[in-house]
Amino acid sequence: MIEVKNLHKSFGDAHILKGITTSFEKGKTNLIIGQSGSGKTVFLKSLLGLHTPELGTISFDGRVYKDLNIEQKRELRTEIGMLFQGSALFDSLTVEENIMFPLKMFSNQSKKEMLIRVDAVLERVNLLGSNRKFPAELSGGMQKRVAIARAIVMNPKYLFCDEPNSGLDPQTATVIDNLIQEITKEYQMVTVVNSHDMNSVMEIGEKIIFLKDGHKAWEGTNKQMVITDNEAIVNFVYSSNLFKKIREVYLKESKL
Amino acid sequence: MNYLEHIGKYFIMLRQVFKRPQKWKVFREMLFREIDDLGLKSLGIIMFISFFIGGVVAIQTALNVDSPFIPKYLIGFATKRSMILEFGPTFTSVILAGKVGSYIASSIGTMRVTEQIDALEVMGINSLNYLVLPKVIATLFFYPLLVLIAMFLGIFGGWAAGILTDLFYTTDYINGIQMDFNPFFIKYAMVKSVVFAFVIATVPAYHGYYVKGGSLEVGRASTQAVVWTSVVIITLNYFLTQMLLG
Repeated sequence: MIEVKNLHKSFGDAHILKGITTSFEKGKTNLIIGQSGSGKTVFLKSLLGLHTPELGTISFDGRVYKDLNIEQKRELRTEIGMLFQGSALFDSLTVEENIMFPLKMFSNQSKKEMLIRVDAVLERVNLLGSNRKFPAELSGGMQKRVAIARAIVMNPKYLFCDEPNSGLDPQTATVIDNLIQEITKEYQMVTVVNSHDMNSVMEIGEKIIFLKDGHKAWEGTNKQMVITDNEAIVNFVYSSNLFKKIREVYLKESKL
Repeated sequence: MNYLEHIGKYFIMLRQVFKRPQKWKVFREMLFREIDDLGLKSLGIIMFISFFIGGVVAIQTALNVDSPFIPKYLIGFATKRSMILEFGPTFTSVILAGKVGSYIASSIGTMRVTEQIDALEVMGINSLNYLVLPKVIATLFFYPLLVLIAMFLGIFGGWAAGILTDLFYTTDYINGIQMDFNPFFIKYAMVKSVVFAFVIATVPAYHGYYVKGGSLEVGRASTQAVVWTSVVIITLNYFLTQMLLG
């Protein structure tokens, strides 16, 4: 479980995160949503330790990040998997080498053992046989799947995904969403997804946190999001007329 | 950002670079890759340029020494001194600042803007140590060798130019090369090449690592890296010459 208490982060005069308190549970897909500039990425990067908050605490299963020493932080990082918006695969390495990279750095496995593990995760993301390809030879969706494979190769306890569907067609985006949800259950991870793709939100959002101007404006499940009358989230999620009508129909049918 | 802030940030970066590698096996792999990328792949251009530079120095000296009172062996002597003292270490380093400097800045810069460096950090890897230290070690060990090759080929190029143009005889040229040989000059050149190698690896790495934005900024960082690496090399060249020969 990840617990966040009263998190504040500023860059110069710009106060980006204004006292966020929330928690993310094991085995659930948690989504952070909000408009551009609402502080989603800063929040995610603060959770990852890439930004140091001025105030507040982040704890991973009781381990308060800011109280850990360098060695403990390094150890904690080996328990974290991250899927970046642009996949962030190493261009100069093959798919196999990319996935093997965390194993090489942090495990004492033999090459044979590492290759078996690489094949296992590649099979999990339906990319077995792509071992020798370079990232540039893969489509956007395949690159995302390789990035997921790299993120889970160390059996992480925590998985963070930054805009996993950006640049993907709706069908591929659904495949990625389902894969994230499946591996979350399978590995019993705490998964935190930063997204503004409403399909993802509705599909896999077991817990949704809506950020507005650096504040937590709403929190709930995807089902609660449909029936909520919180104006801020209704205006954000159902911004198009089509979505508004769909919601109205859904609410009417629910009442009936 | 003012210059002092950049200099301070550069030295803070170096503190992170010179840490113990997290995994020696991975470091060794990276080191061999960098020796290939930064060293072996620069061999061709260095050989080509130094050969012709030596030729030009010899021809120009021969054409400017037309007085019968000045001995012909002076051509070999001048070519040798020029290649060992300046063209070998300094000229080679400026060429490498362009070729290798732009490569280092753009490759690290691209890693920065495509979040590959963030990926390393999230994994708990000291990205500066992982990316820059093998480059520094590779250049420190390989560039003095490149400079020695450049010196040798420059002197050889001078001889080849003389033979092809009939401006001087082989015996005169060889006499000039053998005359008044001072081994300290080789040491001086090696000291310079080691210092310049360090600059070539670290200044572009700094520009690439701290780039912000997209591909346009990576291009700008690459250009800045070449300019500043050349400026630092030329400035240090002056001070090293003053300190070691003055």
